[in-house]
Amino acid sequence: MALETALTLTVVLGFTTLVLLLAGAPPLESYRQIVKGSLGSWGKVTHVIKVWIPLTLAACGLLYTFRIGLWNIGVEGQVMVGAVLTTYVLRTGSDGQHGQYLLAAALLAGMAGGALWAVMAGYLKTRGGVHEIFAGLGLNFVAQGLVLWLIFGPWKQPGIASMSGTETFAEHLWMPYLEGLRISPAALGMTLTSVVLTAYMLRATRFGLYLKAIGSNEKAAFLFGLRPQATMILAMVCAGGFAGLAGSFQVAGVYHRLIPAISSGYGYLALLVVMLSGFSVWVSPLVAFFFACLNVGSIQLPMVLQLDSSLSGVIQGTLVMAALAMHAMRARSRKGGGPDAGG
Amino acid sequence: MNVELIDIHKHFGSVRANSGIDLKILPGTIHGILGENGAGKSTLMKVLAGFIPKTRGTILLDGSEVGYSSPEGALRHGIGMLYQDPLDFPPLSVLENFMAGQVRGATMGTEVHRARLLELCTGLGFKLDPDVPAGRLTVGERQQLELARLLSSGARVLILDEPTTGISGLQKEVLFSALKSIARGGRSIVLVSHKLEDIEALCDEITVLREGIVTGTMERPFSTQALLSMMFGSEPSPAIRSGHEPGAQALYLDNVSAPGGRAGLAECTVHVSRGEVIGLAGLEGSGQEVFLRIAAGLIRPHRGRVHVGRRDMTGRGYHAFQSLGVAFQPASRLEEGLIRGLTVTEHCALGEGGGQFMVQWDTAEQDARDKIRKFQVAGTPDSPVESLSGGNQQRLLLAFLPEEPELLLLENPTRGLDLESVHWVWDHLDAHASRGAAIVFSSSELDEILMVADRVLVFFDGHIIKDERPEDTDALALGRAIAGKM
Repeated sequence: MALETALTLTVVLGFTTLVLLLAGAPPLESYRQIVKGSLGSWGKVTHVIKVWIPLTLAACGLLYTFRIGLWNIGVEGQVMVGAVLTTYVLRTGSDGQHGQYLLAAALLAGMAGGALWAVMAGYLKTRGGVHEIFAGLGLNFVAQGLVLWLIFGPWKQPGIASMSGTETFAEHLWMPYLEGLRISPAALGMTLTSVVLTAYMLRATRFGLYLKAIGSNEKAAFLFGLRPQATMILAMVCAGGFAGLAGSFQVAGVYHRLIPAISSGYGYLALLVVMLSGFSVWVSPLVAFFFACLNVGSIQLPMVLQLDSSLSGVIQGTLVMAALAMHAMRARSRKGGGPDAGG
Repeated sequence: MNVELIDIHKHFGSVRANSGIDLKILPGTIHGILGENGAGKSTLMKVLAGFIPKTRGTILLDGSEVGYSSPEGALRHGIGMLYQDPLDFPPLSVLENFMAGQVRGATMGTEVHRARLLELCTGLGFKLDPDVPAGRLTVGERQQLELARLLSSGARVLILDEPTTGISGLQKEVLFSALKSIARGGRSIVLVSHKLEDIEALCDEITVLREGIVTGTMERPFSTQALLSMMFGSEPSPAIRSGHEPGAQALYLDNVSAPGGRAGLAECTVHVSRGEVIGLAGLEGSGQEVFLRIAAGLIRPHRGRVHVGRRDMTGRGYHAFQSLGVAFQPASRLEEGLIRGLTVTEHCALGEGGGQFMVQWDTAEQDARDKIRKFQVAGTPDSPVESLSGGNQQRLLLAFLPEEPELLLLENPTRGLDLESVHWVWDHLDAHASRGAAIVFSSSELDEILMVADRVLVFFDGHIIKDERPEDTDALALGRAIAGKM
């Protein structure tokens, strides 16, 4: 699995170099700038970790839904609704009392919000027969609309509504962060815990086994006495919970307010992360780190090399193509082997 | 065309499916390839048909060596194969299926092909409507279609893999007479089967495989004893019919009707007693599948009532039936029965259920070991189920039946198994019956039904048209009933 990921990244590097050459940019210099821009200083690394946290959390959630064979593309909306509910709870606490309790409640509310949004897609699928991709996409639009409406409507800043978001919370409602580094150790710790917890859930628990069984053959799993639909809803709850937590951290730990682009596309990006890592819980955080570096590092490409920053989008697109190609190649090589059932 | 295979080897990883097979097929003959499951028959034929590449060895056609790496390449050399499951396009019409792969150039030539198809069908005694979607045909008719297509595509050597599985007696007769006339026309036919009866009836020469090597060849007249000993090494013992005295009610369907399959099920009333073994006969899709699935709670009838034991279970779901000791085993092993990608141990862990949060991997692995030993599965606890051969998958499915079921509902429980395995399976099931479990099974093998069942139900077009004890009937009478003639 790790080897495959490495191979994929090599293919990606090749493609990306080609793209850079076509764009008239010096590839080596561009790569140097990306590395320098992401890992060049402690400050830069903190930026990378700030991106890595929501990406990894959303990826953790997606591991549950991928395992049961669901394309939970609604993860983006789940991040946003998590952020909305967290904002809602924190907005009630302007009097300065019980900051830490309110923060805990806000994180729980965020997880519940993400889970709720995911369960809606889940029920649309199991009861309504709507494919989870369409249900998820639809709910993403609704969530984005909700965020914008809140920012420009009920939660607008005193005086004037602004794209810069809602009013910033009082400082006692921010997640505690390390002075100078601007990282919340609690968020980092909870993210690492989420990775370990997910690995444990998938490997050692009955729930994890059920996810795999239903994802591999729903009909047979049903005949074995499993309940595919209920398990799917539960998988969506897990995915939405982690995505919602990512949204909570974006609000309570990073921006300290609700902004229109609160999810920053990390939900969609997490889908790529998980696919690229071959659905491995241990490889996903590494790939998430790689993407985070790419994201942060390419910010200064336009300034230094006069390249458009959308080039990082091209690189990400290339990654997807390479991941899919590797996936197809693996599927083909697997089909070639194995004795035939007929004898 | 003279076909000669010299020293063919085919290895799948460490598994040697074929190890050094020599085979000669003369033009104008029907050549039988006989062997039990896992003997390497299908593998050898797929190598000859270009479907899988050989590990090493030589294929000579009319004395000159050929190399091809696809079914299309093989067909260009005149070798065509009819697979166990016909490879057609169900939504396309019979004619479109027939034309697939044959149309060359810019125009379709529909009318030319229609005439060609009808001419071939008339010559072979097939009755196919060119405008019906292939998905509506029976397995036997799909075979006929595929056969016509292969002949029209220029196949001079036809390979048929287990062609008599899942088709009716009538269709078998049509198939056999068609094959004979094809052979008389100078083409060669290779017939792969584990059914001795079919092979003996049809073939001019038989090659027997066992464990990947040729154990003998024989020309007419055949000696059944000799062939059996080449197949098995020793002769299998015949099974004994169960003959239990029926007990209390195990299943009662009261005037049940339901849609599903081709014919659905109409106004069916059946009592099944504890300890009884009931065989369901009939053409595929005549209502047996619906019957079994209603009895398992997988299909809800739109009319009538379903009782399990003394309980009225009408409208309840499969899991409620399961909790009363009803066990259902589907015919399609890898589609519905087992979970591709999961190992034997993981299957065992699934079966354990219970309210525990954690999987008890140690217990599951021990369980897997026990099942593998008890059910003689050639595999390890870590084997993914799809890596097992068909027969071993079937044994594994049996291993996953509950320990003490009340009602066993089995779809074709011995499909694709060799004689020895069939006996083994029934010895095992018999033990359940003597404990008091009722067994209802469907089978396309009348011999099997007559051998093991206490009662036979014949389905025709969604109705049960015959309900008799085996001693009061015979294969001929059942065959007539299956074809709808009373």
